[in-house]
Amino acid sequence: MSNLKFYIPAVAFLAIAGLLWRGLYLDTRTLPSMLIDKPMPSFALATVDGEAVSNIDLPDQIFLLNVWGSYCLPCLVEHPTFMRLSEEGEIPVVGVNYKDRNELAQDWLETNGNPFSFSIEDLDGRFGIDLGVYGAPETYLVDSDGVIRYRHVSVLDETVWQEEFIPAITELRAESN
Amino acid sequence: MILRFNSCFCALALLFVLISSEQTVAQVDTFEFDNDVQQQRFRTLSDELRCPMCQNTNLSGSTGGVAEDLRREIHRMILEGMSDREIEQFMFERYGDFIFYRPRLTAQTVLLWFGPIIFLLIGGLVARSVFRRAREVGETEVALNDDQKARLNKLVGNK
Repeated sequence: MSNLKFYIPAVAFLAIAGLLWRGLYLDTRTLPSMLIDKPMPSFALATVDGEAVSNIDLPDQIFLLNVWGSYCLPCLVEHPTFMRLSEEGEIPVVGVNYKDRNELAQDWLETNGNPFSFSIEDLDGRFGIDLGVYGAPETYLVDSDGVIRYRHVSVLDETVWQEEFIPAITELRAESN
Repeated sequence: MILRFNSCFCALALLFVLISSEQTVAQVDTFEFDNDVQQQRFRTLSDELRCPMCQNTNLSGSTGGVAEDLRREIHRMILEGMSDREIEQFMFERYGDFIFYRPRLTAQTVLLWFGPIIFLLIGGLVARSVFRRAREVGETEVALNDDQKARLNKLVGNK
């Protein structure tokens, strides 16, 4: 009995050490989105091309919502992936041009190519706040009912597409069948 | 000369400590409020809310784009007559518990709030049992009976 007592501090120490060890490797930079399983926030804004858009203009199928800006270098890194997705018609991509300047955004699209069905122009970042955006690039997966189902923060390259988005989309498609 | 150099060094070191321990300087905003109460509320809220982009800076101390936008939103909401609680709820719905430096009391944060008290209680209980045992040992086993006293006296050579 007294032997057992002797081990209590050691066991407690190991348990706490294990917990803290795990904590060292937790990703605290990526915030979980609060909008998962919530409908897209309502908006009535203009596109980068100057046309009025609101929620009814969103695709009525599963689509990606990509938050980008001409100032954002990682956006350029993930750009080829979105170009491929839209060229191959794999999934529609809607852009949110986040806190940019219109002429810079237009230049960027002209220079690098435009993978977006349209880009919602969020000049002051107000729509970004409703989405819970904390910095471009971010990409949201939205289902055919306009409900946000997944968010990826930072670069969405082919690896992220294969490992995170394909499974999530497959699951969504299976769900709606 | 050496003495003077030393005291000069000490003063510099002290100054450095004072400067570095100062809170991060708040960003200067040009928001206007109807009264001082509103301004004070703005200050408190942007001090207690955390910038989502920058891990460990509050909204008032951050130059981050999001922090700037959120300060503007707080200003707007205060002028629109929203309560502190409503403003906090607005932030929570978009950025979650992360935004609060003082986390809300929920099932997930119970341990965070009461963990220290629980550990203090455990420590107190352990300490109490250790002290009690020490006292019991002191009272019972250490007290010698007459035979033992006689033996002890013999051993140390007392008559």
